[in-house]
Amino acid sequence: MDFSIASILTLDGVTNGAIYALLALATVLVFAITRVIFIAQGEFVAYGAITLAMLQNGNPVGSFWERHGDLPGTVWLLLVVALIAVVVDSVRGSRRGLGADQLLKDAAKTLALPVLVFAVAWFAGPRGWPLWAQSLFTLAVVTPLGPLVYRLAYEPVADASVLVLLIVSVGVHFALTGLGLVFFGAEGFRNPSFWDERFQIGAMTVSGQAIIIFVASIALMAALFVFFELTLRGKALRATAVNRLGARLMGISTSGAGKLTFGLAAFMGALSGLLIGPTTTVFYDSGFLIGLKGFVAAIFGGLASYPAAVLGALFVGVLESFGSFWASAFKEVIVFTVIIPVLLWRSFLHGHDDEE
Amino acid sequence: MKAFRPLALALATLFAAGAAQADITVGVVLPLTGPANGLGIPVNNYIKLWPTSIAGEKLKVIVLDDASDPSKGVQNAKKLVTEDKVDVLVGSAVTPVAIAMAGVAAEAQTVQLMMSPANLPAGKDYWSYRLPQSNAVMAHALIEHMKKKGIKQIGFLGYTDAYGEGWLNDFKAESAKLGGPQIVAVERFARPDTSVTAQALKLVSANPPAILVVASGSGAAMPHKGLIERGYKGTIYQTHAAASRDLMRIGGKDVEGSFVVSGPAVAPEQLPDSHPSKKLALDFVQKYEKAYGAGSRNQFGAHGYDAALVLEKVVPVALKAGKPGTQAFRTALRDAIENMGRTVLSQGVVTYSKDNHWGFTTETGVILKVVKGEWDVEN
Repeated sequence: MDFSIASILTLDGVTNGAIYALLALATVLVFAITRVIFIAQGEFVAYGAITLAMLQNGNPVGSFWERHGDLPGTVWLLLVVALIAVVVDSVRGSRRGLGADQLLKDAAKTLALPVLVFAVAWFAGPRGWPLWAQSLFTLAVVTPLGPLVYRLAYEPVADASVLVLLIVSVGVHFALTGLGLVFFGAEGFRNPSFWDERFQIGAMTVSGQAIIIFVASIALMAALFVFFELTLRGKALRATAVNRLGARLMGISTSGAGKLTFGLAAFMGALSGLLIGPTTTVFYDSGFLIGLKGFVAAIFGGLASYPAAVLGALFVGVLESFGSFWASAFKEVIVFTVIIPVLLWRSFLHGHDDEE
Repeated sequence: MKAFRPLALALATLFAAGAAQADITVGVVLPLTGPANGLGIPVNNYIKLWPTSIAGEKLKVIVLDDASDPSKGVQNAKKLVTEDKVDVLVGSAVTPVAIAMAGVAAEAQTVQLMMSPANLPAGKDYWSYRLPQSNAVMAHALIEHMKKKGIKQIGFLGYTDAYGEGWLNDFKAESAKLGGPQIVAVERFARPDTSVTAQALKLVSANPPAILVVASGSGAAMPHKGLIERGYKGTIYQTHAAASRDLMRIGGKDVEGSFVVSGPAVAPEQLPDSHPSKKLALDFVQKYEKAYGAGSRNQFGAHGYDAALVLEKVVPVALKAGKPGTQAFRTALRDAIENMGRTVLSQGVVTYSKDNHWGFTTETGVILKVVKGEWDVEN
């Protein structure tokens, strides 16, 4: 181990850490606002990466049945999930005695975006859009899944205990993995690099992709900061995080806050997927382990502190990198063992301050 | 509810009667999902092309997915032997699962045709036969190739699981026997890992003239690319679990010029006419590509083909001992495979014996070179 090796390992660790940081932020965000420990965060990573890969493969112009298999699975998934949400909403709405016109209006509101996404995918598929346009479209496909997941899985039990929400999360994780298998198939995908350039800095080679990962992560963190500090919507979310009941009394919709939060989480997951897609082979179930490392990082911040979560993510990335250098057979053991002293320290520090 | 009960009863008896009929039941457990699906899917593809009857008995095939997970594989195997009373277990295509299933096969006294070169302690494979070539047989071909190229040292980058460990041990033993290259650096990675930068760094700094990557299916491309991205310029070898087109699909130009050891079934056209497996391998390729498209042939589909060949040879013998579904038939099947003698398969020539359930002889390994996204047989 000399300086050059250490610097390469650090760079690799920080690059992975930047992606874990995005996921850790999303995990903290979701927990703070909705009290949901969102295990399925990683699934959005796989969804994002594979959606882009499927758009890259392109699809031929043809009849409906010739073409339906070539559209990215997420487009179908979005449509199906939205339809389920409409059915659930209508049943509940009619029980509450809402009129037919109101129900139709609600249904149209839920379906508008998925149908638009579907139409664009249909139109764009055979036209081979440039990579950046396909990436933006990928974000547009995966992000609306977040609010729908919240709507279907969490909203009905939004006031339950953290433990119940966690159990729901486990279910959501398995459901999303299974749906991933149905809609993407079992094969692995790899995306083309966004930027093939390589820069030589001393012994280090910094790839363009790594720079994009850094820039995108930092830009997103800055955007989140601006959103939470300067916009009304962001402040409303923070108010919900501090005190749900108080926020509701002030006229902030906690349901709306939950949907927005899950939208943000899905967006950050999909973005992570776009960033990690060119560096590794992504399978429909690859997201879990990536998301789990983001979760470990979020634990460093006690699921409450954003800066601590980011530092935790960088630490996990670097630890993983050095761990695989020194004892590659024990890498995962090293990473997940580190969480134990952190949990001990956290529980000594805070003790049992509530029954949850 | 009351009216429903007799109906259910009637249905149940119907099913029971169906099971009592002497169909040969084959229970298949394969990784159709999970990191090793690249191995399981092609086997299943060929199983779909199996004949519908063997020696006049109808063939009933039940395929279950083990999701590349040993505990799921054991569950499936247990279900197959207890509920479906299968005569033969086939699978799995991934080593850790195949090893786990062998325990179930032994307990239930049912023949297991492994689709993976799984190492088992002596005596534990009494009911298990492997259809893929053993690591030792394939290592033999690799070592001969390395010796010819004058490679004296190699690095090792393999899975942290039984497949990686098996290869490491067999390669060491085989290399010592043949006077082949020394392993100078050993690095590991896990199937779901997203990066091998650190491992690649360590291997590249040890700078052996060649590196053996031990990984399977679509998972074999990531470590390969990791080495190239870290500036490795030497020769990269891959094992027979990587001999599918996924390597080229995902690896792209980074896998160009690397060597993959494989059975003869992947490139039969380029084999000399004297090769015993040429005819069967051509037959396999023709049938497989007719169903799944040109260029779709692969190492694992051929194991599915060979499993049917073995069954066709031993079932008529075993039928003399008892009806399908009985323990006598299952035991006779096991004995028949052990005594079937020299048998030519699409993947080489097997001779199983009491002490050898590996079968394949050392001439079976063929070294393929990746040239412009195609396999090229090295002579």
